[in-house]
Amino acid sequence: MVDHHTHPASSGSGHPPAIELREISKTFGTVRANKAISMAIGKGAIHGIVGENGAGKSTLMNILYGLHRADSGDILIDGQITPIHSSADAIRAGIGMVHQHFMLVPNFTVLENVMLGSEGSPMLKPGVGETRALLKTLGEEFDMHVDPDALIEDLPVGLQQRVEIIKAVKGGARILILDEPTGVLTPGEAESLFKILRRMKQDGVTVILITHKLSEIMAITDTVTVIRGGEVVGHRKTADTNPEELAELMVGRKVLLRVDRGAARPGAVLLEADGLECHAADGRPLLHDIDFQIRAGEILGIAGVAGNGQTELLEVLSGLRPVDKGRLVVMNRTVTRQSRTDPEQMRQAHVGHIPEDRHRHGLVLAFEARENAVLGFHKSSVTGEGALIDQQAMTAHCLDLMREFDVRPPNPNLSGRNFSGGNQQKLVIAREIDKRPRVLIVGQPTRGVDIGAIEFIHKQLIRLRDEGCAILLVSVELEEILGLSDRIMVMNAGRQVGIVPCEEADEQTLGLMMAGIRGSDAA
Amino acid sequence: MTAPPPLPKWADLFVLPVINLLVAFFICGLIILALGENPISALVVMVKGAFVYPGSLGYTLYYTTNFIFTALAVAIAFHAMMFNIGGEGQAALGGLGGGLVCLWLAPSLPAGIVLPLAILGAAAFGAAWGVVPGYLQARRGSHIVITTIMFNFIAASLMVWLLGGPLLQQGQQSPQTEAFEPAGQMPKMHDLLGGLGIETTSSPLNLSFVLALLVLVGFWVLIWRTRLGYEIRTVGHNPDAAHYAGINVPRTIIVAMAIAGGLAGLMSINELQGVQHRVILDFTAGYGFTGIAVALMGRNHPIGIFLASLLFGALYQGGSELDFEFQSITRDMVLLIQGMIILFSGALAYMFNPPLARFIARVAAKRLEARHV
Ligand SMILES: Nc1ncnc2c1ncn2[C@@H]1O[C@H](COP(=O)(O)OP(=O)(O)OP(=O)(O)O)[C@@H](O)[C@H]1O
Ligand SMILES: [Mg+2]
Repeated sequence: MVDHHTHPASSGSGHPPAIELREISKTFGTVRANKAISMAIGKGAIHGIVGENGAGKSTLMNILYGLHRADSGDILIDGQITPIHSSADAIRAGIGMVHQHFMLVPNFTVLENVMLGSEGSPMLKPGVGETRALLKTLGEEFDMHVDPDALIEDLPVGLQQRVEIIKAVKGGARILILDEPTGVLTPGEAESLFKILRRMKQDGVTVILITHKLSEIMAITDTVTVIRGGEVVGHRKTADTNPEELAELMVGRKVLLRVDRGAARPGAVLLEADGLECHAADGRPLLHDIDFQIRAGEILGIAGVAGNGQTELLEVLSGLRPVDKGRLVVMNRTVTRQSRTDPEQMRQAHVGHIPEDRHRHGLVLAFEARENAVLGFHKSSVTGEGALIDQQAMTAHCLDLMREFDVRPPNPNLSGRNFSGGNQQKLVIAREIDKRPRVLIVGQPTRGVDIGAIEFIHKQLIRLRDEGCAILLVSVELEEILGLSDRIMVMNAGRQVGIVPCEEADEQTLGLMMAGIRGSDAA
Repeated sequence: MTAPPPLPKWADLFVLPVINLLVAFFICGLIILALGENPISALVVMVKGAFVYPGSLGYTLYYTTNFIFTALAVAIAFHAMMFNIGGEGQAALGGLGGGLVCLWLAPSLPAGIVLPLAILGAAAFGAAWGVVPGYLQARRGSHIVITTIMFNFIAASLMVWLLGGPLLQQGQQSPQTEAFEPAGQMPKMHDLLGGLGIETTSSPLNLSFVLALLVLVGFWVLIWRTRLGYEIRTVGHNPDAAHYAGINVPRTIIVAMAIAGGLAGLMSINELQGVQHRVILDFTAGYGFTGIAVALMGRNHPIGIFLASLLFGALYQGGSELDFEFQSITRDMVLLIQGMIILFSGALAYMFNPPLARFIARVAAKRLEARHV
C-alpha cells in the first residue's frame, strides 16, 4: 500500500534527494558497463535516463534494484547510505521495479498475480480480500483500474503492464523504476501509463524512466541523465533541452530523426495475398480476407493497434503458420491450405524474416553470437561447404555482420544473452539483411533500439528497397510506418480496413482506420 | 537474491565438479569415521583397489565403458532438452539385437564380419527402442520421462519372455541363450596387448573400451561440429527459434532419441559380446540409471563424461575392495558413497555455483582494477 505520511527527512526545505547514486561502477568480464556513475533525483520527480544500446542503463537500474551488485559506489535513499544487496533490500528501501520483460503468471488472474509472494496466511481467503481492497484503492488513487478476475493472458499488454506496476508499488514503494516500459505499448496505452505516472508524482512517488523515445522524455520527465559508454555525459532539466541535443549527447554526433528516401520505383509483384485467412485451433478467425500485393522495390507498412492480426500475418508470410483459406503467392510459388510451406522453404525462396520477438524466435540466447549469426542459414555456405560446420567461416561471417551493423561489443564468442537488447536486434537484422532477400518480412524492427541504431536500420531497409526487395513492415510505431512505407495497410480485428498511399496518410486518418472506421480510401 | 555473475566455462567444467566431489568424499569420510574406521586408509584401499592391484585397472575401465555408453545416451537427449530415463530398456534391447546377430551369424562367419554387424544390430535395436518414445513426445506430446520409464518395464518383460521361451537355451533352466561362438566374442584387451608383447593381468576389459573412446570423439564432433548437432542444440535451447530457423523440430527430437537409444544399446556389446558371451537377463544392472548421474556430473560433455565414468568405474571396482578389506564397511557402504557422489554431483550439482562464481568474479575484478590503475 502506498503510504502517505511524510518522511521526516524530506519535510522542510533543503531536503536530501530521494535517490542519490555516487560513483557506481560495474564490470562484466572486460566490459565496463558502468563507470563511476553519479546522479541525484529529487523527491517526486520523474527522471529520465537515456543512452545508446549497451550504454549501461539496465545494468545501473539492476544495481539499484539489487539484481546486480556494484563493484564500487554508494546508493543513498533520502540522504542515507543504503546498501542494497538483493531485491528484498530494495523493496525494504521502498524501491519497486517494472522490468522490460514481464514477470507474470499468464494463467493466473490479476488478483492471484498481485497476491503472489504476499499471500499472508496459510489460507488464501483473508489475503484475497485484502488484495481485492488494495486493487480497488490503488485503482482509485492512481486511476489504474484492472479487472481483478481477468486472466493475465487475456489482457492486452498495456493492462498487463499495469498489473506489473501494481505489484511494484503494492508494498508501499516510494521509488518506481521503469525499464523501457513503452517499448511494447501502443501510443494510447503509453498515454494512459503517463497519466498514472503523473498521478504518482503528485503523490510524491519518485519515478525513474528508461526509454529510447525522446518524445516521451520531453513529454513527461522533469530531469534527464544521458549515459554513453557507461559514463554520464550530461544531466539536463527537461525544460532546458530538446531532442536534438539529447540525441547528440547520446550518440556523440548529429542524428537524423527521420531518414530521407526517394520515391519508390516498383517492379514486378513479388508477394501477393489473395483472400488470405487463418484460424486459431478453436476455429476463431485470426486473419480474415487479406488482400494485398507488394512489388519489388516497395515497402508496404502494416499499421494497427498491437494484437489485431499483425503477428499472425507475419507468421503466415514466413511459413510459421499454415494458410487456412485463400492463397499466398511468393514470387512464383503458390501457397494454399493444400500446398503448404514451412520456414525452410520460404528461406530457400529468398524470403527473409526479421521476427517481432527476438527472444522467442530471433535468437537462441544460450548460443554464442557466431552461432546466432547463422540461425536459419546453418545449411548454407556461410557455414562452409564441407560436411562439418567450418568454425572459421562461421566466426568470420559473424565478425563481418558485427562490423557492418556496428554490433557492440563485436565479440563473436559472447553469448546472445549478454548483449544489450538493441544489439541483439542489430544482430538479427544484420543476419537477415546480409543474405540479400528478395522479399523481407519485418516485425517491429526497432523495438528497444536506440535512435542512432534506428537511423541506421531505417537506412538499411530503404537501401534494400532501392535494390529491389519487396518489404512488408509491421510496426506499432506510426511514425516508423509513416517514415518508411510507400503504401500503408491498416488492420483491425484481423481484417484489413484499407490500404492508403503514403502521401495521403497522416496520423489522424490512420488513427481512425485503426479504430476500424473506414475512411474514403482509394486503392 | 543478487543474481550471481556467470561462472566461467572452465570453472563450471572443472572446478565445480571437483568441489562437489570433495564435499561428497568429506561427508563419506565422516561416516566412515563414525563407523570406527580410518577414512584415509579406506581411501587408500579404494584407490589401490581401483587402480593399483593387478587386474584392478582392467576392471575399472570395464565398468567405465558401460558408464560411457549409458551416459552419452542421456547426454545427447539432454542436448535436445529431452530427459532420457530409458537407458536400461534401450541397452536391454541392444543386447537382444547384438545377440541375435551373434547367434545367427557367429557359427558361420568370421569375427571381422560378425562383430561389426553385432555392433550395428545392438545400435539399431537400441535406437528403435529410443525412437518410439521420441516419436510419442515429438508428434503426440506424451512426456518423454513417462514413456521412457514405461519402455524400461516393457523391455524387461519382453526380455523375460524371450529368454524364458523362444530364445531359451536347450535343456537349460536359467533364462539365457546359448553361448556365442568365438566369432561373436569381443577380443579381450589383455589378449590383444599380449599379442603386442605387453603382459597384463587378465580382466573383463575388452575391445569395447576402444569403441567407447571412439564414440566419445564422435559424440563431440556430432554435437559441436555437424549441422545435425547444431539443430539438436537449437531445438534443445529454443524450439520456437528452431522452427523459425527452418529446423524440423519433431524430426530432430526423434533423431536425437534414435541416437540416444543406439548409444545405450552399445553398452550391451561390452557386457554380452565382451564378457558374458550370451544374452542373459538383467545384464543392464542399473547402468542405464547411473548413466543419468554420470551425464549430469560430466555436464553432458564427452570429456566430462569420460572423467565421470572413470570415477564411477573406480568406485565400483574400488568399492568392492573396501567391502572385502574392512569388517565394518559393507557393500551397502559402497552404495552410500555412490549415492553421496550422485547427490552432490548430480542433484546438488550447482549448489556451490553462486559462491564460486562470486569468488571468481571478485578475483577477476581485482585484476582488471590493477590493470586499469
Ligand atoms: N551478464 C552480463 N555479462 C556480460 N556482459 C553484460 C552482462 N549484462 C550486460 N552486459 C554488457 O554490459 C553493457 C551494458 O548493458 P545494459 O544491458 O546495461 O545496456 P542498456 O543501456 O540497458 O542497453 P539497451 O538500451 O540495449 O537495453 C553491454 O555492453 C552488455 O553487453
Ligand atoms: Mg536495457
